[in-house]
Amino acid sequence: MNEFGQKWVVGGLVGLGQITMLAKEAVASCLTFKLAKRDLLFQIYSIGVKSQSVVLVTGAFTGMVLAAQTYFQFHKVKMDTATLAVVSVSMCSELGPVLTALMVAGRVGASMAAELGTMRVTEQIDALRTLATHPVDYLVVPRLVASLVALPILTTEAMAIGIAASYIVGVFLLGIDPAYAWWNMLKYSHDSDVQIGIIKAVVYGGIIALVGCYKGLSCGMGAEGVGRATTEAVVYASISILISNFFLTLVLEQLALILKL
Amino acid sequence: MIEVRDLNKRFGDNPVLERVSFQIEHGESVVIIGRSGGGKSVLLKLIIALLQPDSGAVLIDGQNIVGLNERQLIRVREQFGMVFQGAALFDSMTVEENVAFPLQRKGQHTPGEISRLVARTLDVVGLPGTEKKKPAELSGGMRKRVGLARAIIYEPRILLYDEPTTGLDPIVSDSIDNLIIRVRERLKVTSVVVTHDMRSARRVGQRILMLHERQIYASGTPEEFFASRDPVVRQFIDGVADPEDILF
Repeated sequence: MNEFGQKWVVGGLVGLGQITMLAKEAVASCLTFKLAKRDLLFQIYSIGVKSQSVVLVTGAFTGMVLAAQTYFQFHKVKMDTATLAVVSVSMCSELGPVLTALMVAGRVGASMAAELGTMRVTEQIDALRTLATHPVDYLVVPRLVASLVALPILTTEAMAIGIAASYIVGVFLLGIDPAYAWWNMLKYSHDSDVQIGIIKAVVYGGIIALVGCYKGLSCGMGAEGVGRATTEAVVYASISILISNFFLTLVLEQLALILKL
Repeated sequence: MIEVRDLNKRFGDNPVLERVSFQIEHGESVVIIGRSGGGKSVLLKLIIALLQPDSGAVLIDGQNIVGLNERQLIRVREQFGMVFQGAALFDSMTVEENVAFPLQRKGQHTPGEISRLVARTLDVVGLPGTEKKKPAELSGGMRKRVGLARAIIYEPRILLYDEPTTGLDPIVSDSIDNLIIRVRERLKVTSVVVTHDMRSARRVGQRILMLHERQIYASGTPEEFFASRDPVVRQFIDGVADPEDILF
């Protein structure tokens, strides 16, 4: 491996180690139950409420396009009424959590990295430390807990609106029989699909908050440093979500089979 | 008492401090002077453990704070207040919220007590009635005063000032100097001021330490410093550039 490759690998491993340490600090801090309710509510509002529109639009149009595309393929083999079943399973276990997480990573992960990065370059984080306040307690923990709470709720909304939008497209635009479509959807969708989606959303919430906060807290100096941290927060969070999705799918589907959910 | 022993610090291949040692007695007001980029602010950050040295020790009342983790340092830092070069006010908060921040984190006061203490402290720094303003609405001098108010509201034993008068006009600089002296006399705190403003150093310092070529080059009272015939000290006091530093 050449020198550049070695640096890249070492840098990646160091970053991974530091994010793990940050997660450990944040979890230890959570266990002290000293989290300020006001800060937590503000972060839930900022991450959850303010992401509503973007998540609902994403969920609705994903459901609609998935319904249309599935219908066009299934129509060839006379399986029109299975369309909503496919949309439902996909929205609950894959597209709902992943697309919600990617949209929130773009909006919230970037905002966390930019805010904390600016605080770092203007010495506000040093000021916090001189005021006997641990930056992880004050800055990371409320964002992490708020993400862990907000992502499952946003994902559930995306699932619901995606399925509703696909029903409207399928039944009213493409002319699928509503009774059979509904029957098949209920027959092939299981509780485990929703449970898997929600578990994934919790994991993605953690990834978005930890990567965003880590990139902000460790950003380079000046406007360039903040800009780079913001970009990297979105890119690394998105890649981590997509990679972890594969492994989570393997593990959770196997688990669902074993537990017969 | 603050004791710095054989402190070494480098960033990458660039050594900033080498074998720096000195002591500051309780209640003393010490000014650290030196050229820009000479490691003064780094030294201040090492004293409050915002940075960790490569080797050496920083003892606060006999306790070595080098190597302590961030949670252990919270206890140590409760004794400190620091005024930053750019004030480092929390820009999402009002002046009142900034000044009240340390008290709210401690959670030992009622909201009414905190409001009264904030109003009194803002009065001490000459900024009554600015509670609802945002940092962006304040001038550079006002920001530094708010930074000082935030640092003194919980009555720390040691106050660190990083370039408190840099970038301010002579009149505002003079008022900041007066404030530093007033706070020292009123709260009986140990003050460590980093500056390259010699007028300010002469006014607020009971002792001056000069950092030169990564080491403490000279130490003495302001009178001894200004009477010094040492060419390095003299050059700094008189503000004369080296011939090789003259660009045109």
